[in-house]
Amino acid sequence: MNWVTSTFGSSIGKKVLMAVTGLAFCGFLAAHLAGNLTIYGGKDAFNAYAEKLHALGPVLTAAELGLLLFALIHILTGLTLFYQNFKSRPVRYKVNKRAGGRTLGSGTMPYTGLLLLCFVVFHLLNFSFVDKTGTTIFAIVSKAFANPLYVLVYIFAMIVAAVHVSHGFWSAFQTIGASHPKYMPLVKGIGLVFSLIIGIGFGFLPIYISFIA
Amino acid sequence: MSKSINLTLKVWRQKGPGVKGRLETYHAGNISTDMSFLEMIDVINEQLTKDGKEPIAFDHDCREGICGTCGCVVNGRAHGPEAGTTLCQLHMRHFDDGDTVVVEPWRSRAFKVIKDLIVDRSAFDKLIQAGGFVSVNTGGAQDANAILIPAEVAEEAMDAAQCIGCGACVASCPNASAMLFVGAKVSQLALLPQGKPEAAKRVNTMVRTMDALGFGNCTNERECEAECPKEISITHIARMNREFLKAGLTAGEK
Ligand code: FES
Repeated sequence: MNWVTSTFGSSIGKKVLMAVTGLAFCGFLAAHLAGNLTIYGGKDAFNAYAEKLHALGPVLTAAELGLLLFALIHILTGLTLFYQNFKSRPVRYKVNKRAGGRTLGSGTMPYTGLLLLCFVVFHLLNFSFVDKTGTTIFAIVSKAFANPLYVLVYIFAMIVAAVHVSHGFWSAFQTIGASHPKYMPLVKGIGLVFSLIIGIGFGFLPIYISFIA
Repeated sequence: MSKSINLTLKVWRQKGPGVKGRLETYHAGNISTDMSFLEMIDVINEQLTKDGKEPIAFDHDCREGICGTCGCVVNGRAHGPEAGTTLCQLHMRHFDDGDTVVVEPWRSRAFKVIKDLIVDRSAFDKLIQAGGFVSVNTGGAQDANAILIPAEVAEEAMDAAQCIGCGACVASCPNASAMLFVGAKVSQLALLPQGKPEAAKRVNTMVRTMDALGFGNCTNERECEAECPKEISITHIARMNREFLKAGLTAGEK
């Protein structure tokens, strides 16, 4: 098993862990968004979707545990990389300038990541670890978004998520070595569109729920 | 037509390794725009010497952009503002009269400042010693054309082989990572048949050495390829990542 630790403990290995778990979260976001879109079908459609999801029972629990494990890997590896990279330049430059490589997304990954971690905890406390007896998920959600502060927090979090994904998506492909001048522009394009879909798709939901639904 | 400009220079001065340094201000007057950046420092150094002061120490050798010895961070950009240019090939016509120019050494935990603008880049030598070579058996030389290499592959290997080891990738990387340098070497040799027998061993030892030398981790910021004077692409980093995973998952090498 020596090869496992020496491969995934290395700089490239840690990046691969970030990439694989990150791509898995992209998949999760897509599925989560698809589920949430049922809200446009009205409150019954949304509640029915939630019920069906919970009827999956052990399958859902397994998926949740998988997500938790991936989250732990992503967060702990990310923090390790953040710390190591911080240490790698003990004396900083007096003048810093970009040469055109760095983007808003790439330059803020650790910070957007930590903000998203706070958001996920907040989000789970709001909608997951709540007493759901005698009420429906739609009632919980619409009650929460009656508060404009919640709407703002959620929209902000989704902008942060979009920025994080805008770098993370193509970066994951580069890291696992799936990069070629032939198809990299396509991967980058898909990443950009995907981050916009995440930002707008999720970000519009609180607005819809509080003002329209 | 050549003209002259006046600049205010702020140069990092540091007496030796580990001692405190600081930016000193110099006036660079009447600088011909035909001069290179290094020639401009020569002019200042001449004046400093005449005044009985210590000249600015900086690295240089070929002064024609091929040896990789020169290099400083100029106004926050490795090798200055021009793309695909070493500092010795950067001409003063890219500056305007009255500009303030800040000159700093490469900054990285793995590159310690020796004096002023000179840094110790022996970490790169250690990386090359770790795996930047191919082993060749002695004996009769085989026919030069015995091994076929497709032209595109040879070209791609040549793109990576252009690396002059200047260290601009490390200097410009927000994480002070050496991935472009190591990636270029691993990729160059992995592409060619002569490098294949040792490919797995090479990528493993080079990556481990890179990690041990204290370079940062690549986060795909792409600043390195934007600053590389030889414009080496990060697709070579992707090839190294592939080679590393392949070696980790399948090679007999432990
Ligand atoms: S002095 Fe040789 S590349 Fe600049």
